[in-house]
Amino acid sequence: MKTEALHAAHQTEEQPLHHQFEEVSQQNESYVVGMWVFLVTEIMFFGGMFLAYVLYRWRYPEAWYEAHTRLDVAMGTTNTVVLLTSSLTMALAVHFAQLRNKRMHMAMLGTTIALACVFLVIKAFEWSAKFHHGLVPGPGFLWDGTVPMPQAQLFYSLYFGMTGLHALHVIIGILVIGTLALLTFLDHPLVKNDFIPTELVGLYWHFVDIVWIFLFPLFYLIPK
Amino acid sequence: MKIDHSHAHPIGMYLKTFAALLVLMVLTVVMAFVHVGPPESSVINNLIAMAIAATKAVLVVLFFMHVKFSTQLTKFWAVLGFLWFLLMFIMFADYTTRPREYIRGWEPAAEDPNAPAAMPQPPAR
Amino acid sequence: MSTAAPVLHGESPKAPPSYLQAGHTIKSWLLTGDHKRIAVLYLISVSIFFFFGSLAASMIRVELVSPRGVMLESDTYNKVFTAHGIIMIFFFLIPAIPAVLGNFLLPIMIGARDLAFPRLNLLSWYLYVAGGLCGVLAIAFGGVDTGWTFYTPYSSMYSNTNVALTIIGAFIAGFSSIATGINFIVTVHKMRAPGMTWFRLPLMVWGSYATSLIIVLGTPVVAITLLLVVMERVFHIGVFSPELGGDPVLFQHLFWFYSHPAVYIMILPAMGVINEVITCFTRKRIFGYHFIAFSSLAIAGLGFLVWGHHMFVSSQSMYQGMVFSLLSYLVAVPSAIKVFNWTATIHKGSVRFQTPFLYVLGFIGLFVVGGLTGLFLAAMSIDVHLTDTYFVVAHFHYVMVGGTIMGFLAGLHFWWPKFFGRMYPDSWGKLSALIIFVGFNLTFLPQFVLGYLGMPRRYHYYYFAPEFQFWHIASTAGASILAVGFLIPAVYLLWSLKYGAPAGPNPWGAKGLEWTIPSPPPTTNFLETPVVREEPYAYDAEAEEREEQAKEPTRA
Repeated sequence: MKTEALHAAHQTEEQPLHHQFEEVSQQNESYVVGMWVFLVTEIMFFGGMFLAYVLYRWRYPEAWYEAHTRLDVAMGTTNTVVLLTSSLTMALAVHFAQLRNKRMHMAMLGTTIALACVFLVIKAFEWSAKFHHGLVPGPGFLWDGTVPMPQAQLFYSLYFGMTGLHALHVIIGILVIGTLALLTFLDHPLVKNDFIPTELVGLYWHFVDIVWIFLFPLFYLIPK
Repeated sequence: MKIDHSHAHPIGMYLKTFAALLVLMVLTVVMAFVHVGPPESSVINNLIAMAIAATKAVLVVLFFMHVKFSTQLTKFWAVLGFLWFLLMFIMFADYTTRPREYIRGWEPAAEDPNAPAAMPQPPAR
Repeated sequence: MSTAAPVLHGESPKAPPSYLQAGHTIKSWLLTGDHKRIAVLYLISVSIFFFFGSLAASMIRVELVSPRGVMLESDTYNKVFTAHGIIMIFFFLIPAIPAVLGNFLLPIMIGARDLAFPRLNLLSWYLYVAGGLCGVLAIAFGGVDTGWTFYTPYSSMYSNTNVALTIIGAFIAGFSSIATGINFIVTVHKMRAPGMTWFRLPLMVWGSYATSLIIVLGTPVVAITLLLVVMERVFHIGVFSPELGGDPVLFQHLFWFYSHPAVYIMILPAMGVINEVITCFTRKRIFGYHFIAFSSLAIAGLGFLVWGHHMFVSSQSMYQGMVFSLLSYLVAVPSAIKVFNWTATIHKGSVRFQTPFLYVLGFIGLFVVGGLTGLFLAAMSIDVHLTDTYFVVAHFHYVMVGGTIMGFLAGLHFWWPKFFGRMYPDSWGKLSALIIFVGFNLTFLPQFVLGYLGMPRRYHYYYFAPEFQFWHIASTAGASILAVGFLIPAVYLLWSLKYGAPAGPNPWGAKGLEWTIPSPPPTTNFLETPVVREEPYAYDAEAEEREEQAKEPTRA
């Protein structure tokens, strides 16, 4: 078929070689490893907050359980499905970049961005509900539960801190994926015939997804 | 060892991974409400939750992030990151071996014989 | 010596221009991807920060000559020592050797054209400058008085100074550090020339690699910790304040989880430099190459397991303290192995006492003092008395100045001709090395005594113990001499750029790929990718010849 021949023709075009490298396989592996080293720094970055969370949860199990009941499990679960789906579409974007199918590549990037925006919208609803109920740490914190207020406030400090940091990474992800989509649309030399930038952005996005995979049960699904 | 990244994997791999992730997510939610293990202790439930989350993470790492098909070097860094994060939990050796001490405000006020009448506030700026 | 335009290698019609000559516009410098130019940019900026940090140090030493201070308010004094610590640690000691010497030499030492990610390299410099500017602005507009350690809850709740802005500066600089670390790691793994196996790498590369491991594994933790302090100040998201239900000691755990490995970030590159200089100036192969290589990795790994020795008196569990104490003794072992190996290298070597080697000798002696006094502090019982006294101050200055700065100066003087194609006058170099050594010891040796006698650190006044004044005056006198010692190289090194004797590719007769290319090198380093067949530090032929001659003393 004509489209297959077109794809085959594109695939024979060489992936561009950057000046500091000798071969394309060396170049590709270098970028992928470099991205993983960066993701290791991100793991350690989030790790500090995860550590604080685990510590205080171990110290105040009742407070953690009671405070978390004010979170909306339905919204959290929906967001999890949204983010997992966006991970799938991102992986497919890489797949189509490798096949040099520009139309599907961009469609998948666009879907990923759309899903990420849905995630943020749901998160915005969740957060505004918290503001409304006075569950924001600080002088305005209102607590009518049975556990001591400092402990409940601590839970919400970590909730806002960790989901906030995660949301910041989602926003950055949207900007980066958007930039990638734009460059792809313009056939910019940085991305033309080179699937690696998409792969690298994909690695970042999957990492953001993994953080949420842990945040979700830790905050929303605390067993009694 | 060189690995040629430019050949795409079959789409089915991504779809099957996604399906597995959704199933595991449902399992996560269910297990939060089904109590397992000795009563009054949610340790087993917590372990199960973390094990499921870890499984999801491993699936994303291996298949969505292509680590299963990557070089040794990439795999090394993927593993090292999570391992080093776990290293930080050495800090728990401090918290678990401290003698149980009284810290004002950390006990429920009603039970605490030494609690002051009102919680001290930070000084106004 | 002619004052006409310097004769650089770029002028021959067949040879490519040197990296200094390739492009004369500001844009060609500020948008460069060339690792050598970025190294020079870093050299200029770290020197500027070192100067500001030294100014703060001078103010501290002036204040301490009198038991009630000299000209500053106590609040200002607190800001001055905080500025000294922050500038020196985050903006000088951590970046200096990797970003200046490492950036320039790493690709050349492995036979590559550039680092793996040249644009990331340039970004790291911009991040460094941005972070430094934030820090300087914070200091200029009121300062910070928490100490460089930012302990909570003072930093997160009670301090009325520019904590947030300073932290943002350190945070941005942390990203610069991480970028360099990522670049070095990937470069060493993927860009080595044919034949350059891991065990043919110069030990400076091993040191840089181990440093980069620490950077990427540790820096993010301090980043999140400091970010949490800012969040607490701005958003009341309190995980460290008891009023908000948190634990201040958790801050210390998280802070020192990075900041202890950070000291190995400062010392490992310096140790790397020592290996290169010592082999050249003793004309001998390094003793125990594999031990030194693996000890760098051991220091990097073990260094992450000892942070609690900064917290012995923090209410940390005594049992965990015991474990940290034991591990701190263990981490001294790989460093000791290096010192023994260097000593064995010098033994029966053909020694030339030129400037770089003088700094190496200074390093070995001063690092040993610093390291041994660290062992005093690692013993919990002794630490209870010595913690937060001048003993600690003296200990870390011996390793950071006596160690890292000596290493930096050794490397700067060794590779200066390679960087700029010019030699500096060696007699001035030797003189300043001597002045620095004398000045440094006069500054910090009395501080061991002060600490033992009980002088607390970060104290402005000591009128309760006027007997301390003698030692403080000695220390300040030493600091004045040290200042002169640091100023002299600034003068003759700058002088050499225009008037120094032109240097050839290998003025020291050293082994190593960097000495096979012109001084200064062309932009792409090598005309052809080198193929490595030799072991590193292959001074064997010379060593064998010396042994032959030693066996036949009657021959002329």
